[in-house]
Amino acid sequence: MDLLNAFITLSNFVLIPAIAYGSQLALGALGVTLIYGILRFSNFAHGDTMAFGTMATILITWAFQGLGISAGPLPTALLALPFGIGVCALLVLATDRGVYRFYRGQKAKPIIFVMVSLGVMFIMNGLVRFIIGPDDQRFSDGERFIISVRQFKALTGLDEGLAIKTTQGITVVTAIIVVALLFYFLNRTRTGKSMRAYSDNEDLALLSGINPERVVMVTWLIVAALATVAGVLYGLDKSFKPFVYFQLLLPIFASAIVGGLGNPLGAIAGGFTIAFSEVMITYAWKKVAGYALPDSLAPDGLAQLLSTDYKFAVSFVILLIVLLFKPTGLFAGKAV
Amino acid sequence: MTDTTRNLFYFGCIAALLIGTGIMTSWNLAITILNFGLISAIMALGVNLQWGFAGLFNVGIMGFVALGGLATVLVAMPPVGEAWAAGGLRVITALVLGAATIVGAILAYNALPKGRMRTLGLLAILIVGFFIYRAVFDGGVQAVEAINPATTGYLGGLGLPVLLAWPVGGLLAAGAAWIIGKTALGLRSDYLAIATLGIAEIIIAILKNEDWLARGVKNVVGLPRPAPYEIDLQNSDTFVERATSLGIDPVTASTLWVKAIYAGLFTVVLLILFILAQRALHSPWGRMMRAIRDNEVAAEAMGKDVTARHLQIFVLGSAICGIAGAMMTTLDGQLTPGTYQPLRFTFLVWVMVIVGGSGNNLGAVLGGFLIWWLWVMVEPIGLWLMQVVTSGMADGFWLREHLLDSAAHMRLLTMGIVLLLVLRFSPRGLIPEK
Repeated sequence: MDLLNAFITLSNFVLIPAIAYGSQLALGALGVTLIYGILRFSNFAHGDTMAFGTMATILITWAFQGLGISAGPLPTALLALPFGIGVCALLVLATDRGVYRFYRGQKAKPIIFVMVSLGVMFIMNGLVRFIIGPDDQRFSDGERFIISVRQFKALTGLDEGLAIKTTQGITVVTAIIVVALLFYFLNRTRTGKSMRAYSDNEDLALLSGINPERVVMVTWLIVAALATVAGVLYGLDKSFKPFVYFQLLLPIFASAIVGGLGNPLGAIAGGFTIAFSEVMITYAWKKVAGYALPDSLAPDGLAQLLSTDYKFAVSFVILLIVLLFKPTGLFAGKAV
Repeated sequence: MTDTTRNLFYFGCIAALLIGTGIMTSWNLAITILNFGLISAIMALGVNLQWGFAGLFNVGIMGFVALGGLATVLVAMPPVGEAWAAGGLRVITALVLGAATIVGAILAYNALPKGRMRTLGLLAILIVGFFIYRAVFDGGVQAVEAINPATTGYLGGLGLPVLLAWPVGGLLAAGAAWIIGKTALGLRSDYLAIATLGIAEIIIAILKNEDWLARGVKNVVGLPRPAPYEIDLQNSDTFVERATSLGIDPVTASTLWVKAIYAGLFTVVLLILFILAQRALHSPWGRMMRAIRDNEVAAEAMGKDVTARHLQIFVLGSAICGIAGAMMTTLDGQLTPGTYQPLRFTFLVWVMVIVGGSGNNLGAVLGGFLIWWLWVMVEPIGLWLMQVVTSGMADGFWLREHLLDSAAHMRLLTMGIVLLLVLRFSPRGLIPEK
């Protein structure tokens, strides 16, 4: 038995990746939940908005790299991020003008909005593939590790190593900053308060003189920023592939619903719930169990509950369970 | 212009498009488009049942189509005796145990009083059941997949006639739809969309990874066919004689004839389903469905069980998609899980229904043919367009190369734009609901 090594292994393969993935999901789910709260539909184009923002960031990153601008040990993509957000915001605002506004004026049913967002999703998907192609793109540069396995072993003298990738560190730090800013904005500023008021009760908000078009515009801007940040962080951590971003839609929706659609705090909790379940259920526990259990109890097989190919099934099953037993989500969102 | 002449005009246009394709390119291509158009029309009928009649938004059509494809393998392929001997029984036992665990959990949930005891009991049943299931299942799967992995490595099917797979495909799809509908219907309308999106991805993941079931990404090829093989026709003297007397080369004639047989079979299925859907639409049941769609609250006040009716029509529509999926796999002669893409199997069918006219069966059929033709033709047209656009640029110029390479992605863009335009400017479609 060797609990310390067990814990290090657990951190290296489960806790740290899950925290990073959870932050990315949480940022994505925040975007979905904000749209749901203000515009009142499930935005199927969110995954592809993320892909578009990331693509813009990647292109600008390449331009920066070509010009020789870099951020030292940090990835250049961080410098390109604000520009990527800008490009994504332009596209999203244009979509709202050209597509969604008409249906808002008609007071169309939410399901029509969902359908329209499906159309938008395919246009964005097509744009991304058209511009950058359907293949994998890697764009992370700078220092690869904050601490690598070898350094960690030399430092502590343990058998097991712990590696923290720079991208994982950046993911968590960025996510904390973004979430803090968002909550400050929603709770303390006048515009943020008007957004929450609009989300709670549209008619009352209109009566008190809140300009709905302005609220909607601000929402789209925030969503574009959140989507781009989430997408870039995911791309830095893993790699950028348009189809993968489309597939991310399922865990993101699951996160938003588990936490309660329309509830920002819930989206964060949901993101981490989904990420931890996904990583823990698809991780092979053999090594951890070998350290943590007495030799006689150590498992023979991989001790893996589900193969990693089924990681989407995990978020789906959690989604079904929540829908069956608590359709409003853990944090009592507004949807039933 | 009355409705009938308008409809005749539309279908005349479809016929003209197909005949035009036959004359301009080849008859082989035209009849291939016709075959897939027939299948698309059936899928569109299924989706129209869900969306047009009941207003249910299903974005998991791909999954139901894939289940239909799985049915052809399970029904028509000959069983692999060795694999059954090695671990077939064990795999089946494991699946039964797994199902028993879930049923046990549901029974326990209903029997025990609400509280901590119920939660703990439920968890205990599920966890113990899962480990027993895995213990039995893994060994069986290994044994099955070890048998001749290059050619079989799976359990095979039942060796029954392939036509039987079509209704079975419908049943499989209906089963999956029932599970989804049971959980997601009765909640907000968006939830059904999200749940169906998920089930489709998972069905494809299962098809890709469970090699013992249908060989996964190794594909099952050489499915039995309801039509004769071209090579047999070419070797038959009577056929060659007849072909030459008509002045057609026997090789071309054989491919055309085989495809024509498929087209005949598909037309029969389409006609049956169309008549059934039409009868359903004009029956009291159909009127009730539309009443529910237009105002759920009022319908509920009239004593209609909205959730149960939704479940009913959702299952029916998905079953039709499953039938179409089985037909398509039969036509392809192989099951290739890697080729199932949401764009091609979910989104395209949606465009068909919306463009054709949701709520109108004839419209759905029209949309199926029209959009399928467009889908096949967009790529050459896109390439041609790109060549025109870039003709002014120098050879090897990066933008020109890039645009020409990307022409293949025109499909996504075109279909998205078509959907948005129709939704905006003609939401009732070409043949609107009466």
